[in-house]
Amino acid sequence: MSREQYTVPTSSQQTFGASGSGGRDYAPESSNTVMYYTCGDCAVRVPLEKGAPIRCQKCGARVLYKERTKRMVQFEAR
Amino acid sequence: MPRTEPSREELEKRRIVGINKENVTDVTSTDFPGHYPGEDHAWDIEKFRDGLQIEFHQNDPLLASFSLIGVDASIANAFRRIMIADIPTLAVETVFINNNTSVIQDEVLSHRLGLIPFKGGREGLDNFLKWWKKPTDDDAVPNYFDYNTVKLSLNVECTHNEDAAPGEKDPTKLYHHAHVYAKDIVYEPIGRQTQYFSGENAIAPTNPDILIAKLRPGQVIDLSMHMHKGVGSDHAKFSPVATASYRLMPTIDILRPILGADAEKFAKCFPRGVIGLEKVTKNDAAKKGSGYEGHEGELKAVVKDAMRDTVSRECLRHDEFKDKVRLGRKRDHFIYQIESTGQWDSDAIFLESIAHLKEKARRLEQQVVNMVR
Repeated sequence: MSREQYTVPTSSQQTFGASGSGGRDYAPESSNTVMYYTCGDCAVRVPLEKGAPIRCQKCGARVLYKERTKRMVQFEAR
Repeated sequence: MPRTEPSREELEKRRIVGINKENVTDVTSTDFPGHYPGEDHAWDIEKFRDGLQIEFHQNDPLLASFSLIGVDASIANAFRRIMIADIPTLAVETVFINNNTSVIQDEVLSHRLGLIPFKGGREGLDNFLKWWKKPTDDDAVPNYFDYNTVKLSLNVECTHNEDAAPGEKDPTKLYHHAHVYAKDIVYEPIGRQTQYFSGENAIAPTNPDILIAKLRPGQVIDLSMHMHKGVGSDHAKFSPVATASYRLMPTIDILRPILGADAEKFAKCFPRGVIGLEKVTKNDAAKKGSGYEGHEGELKAVVKDAMRDTVSRECLRHDEFKDKVRLGRKRDHFIYQIESTGQWDSDAIFLESIAHLKEKARRLEQQVVNMVR
């Protein structure tokens, strides 16, 4: 039950987010591991590299939201 | 047994459903063979034709009200059910959401879009558009064609309005596209659809001001939709009517005179316009045994328009009207109220329901023929 035993999964199959889209708001320093998040305070698109502190580069807020999928989602209008 | 013919009063009495203070009497019809000994109640087309009557009270594109007189409740109800569940309309069936960052969830948004009623050219809706079959997993080619699928798109983004007055609080002025309305939906004609759905025949929401969602700056809705023909028995969004209902014609019989202050109170027991107040005339007062003797010039209650009555039975609650009034409903007089959602004209819905019932009867006849062969 000790919290110390939990380790962050360092998965090598992290493929999503790295491909496509490209930087629009902040140019990422290295393109392969960057993920975009939305700042909870100022709503700016924040690029985050693996291991980077979870923090908005513009306003410093620590709440970042995951972006919606770029895929089309199909629904029945029922 | 000798054949007897019921008197006119007797026949008239039989069509009335009695409405008393605490119960309702004679709810079922009795005009079928074998119920009254010695009377012929066999169904006859000539007799039916003579008894059938249709009177329109109101006929607007979105609301029709008419009386259908002289049919059995089963037929009247069949029309009502066909209008609600069997007449095809075009509605949004599938929603392809590319982006939706609004606060309204994808599923809820899709459901809302499905319920928006659309209008379009009658010729195209009736004759050009065909049924769409939902593709199964083993269908090699998806069946999306110009004659069974109508494409729509909705693409809005909320942005700040730079021209807004300082201190503006109204979101609709402060932002562009703060409200997403049905009129923001864009129709994209495919193939031969341009022939049928162009100009004023274009497919568009009947009510352009339906609010779909509310947005704030930065929020986006970007989706496309497929519309297909469907029937109300599948989903209520396909029903061509908002309501299609009927009620029976109320009857109010004043058995003994209601005069003076009582008459005013009596009129207040009914909706406005049902009961009128008239002066007792010299002729009325001169009639022996009418109850009007010596009341010349006083106000008496008369039934002006029984159709407007809601049959609340309020008048039966007061002792002063005891045995003076009899309420009822005509069993074979159906007052229909058909409210169209806009794709069909309201009267066309009823005509279509007749065609549908006819078609159903024809199919049944064929089945019966096959059965006895």
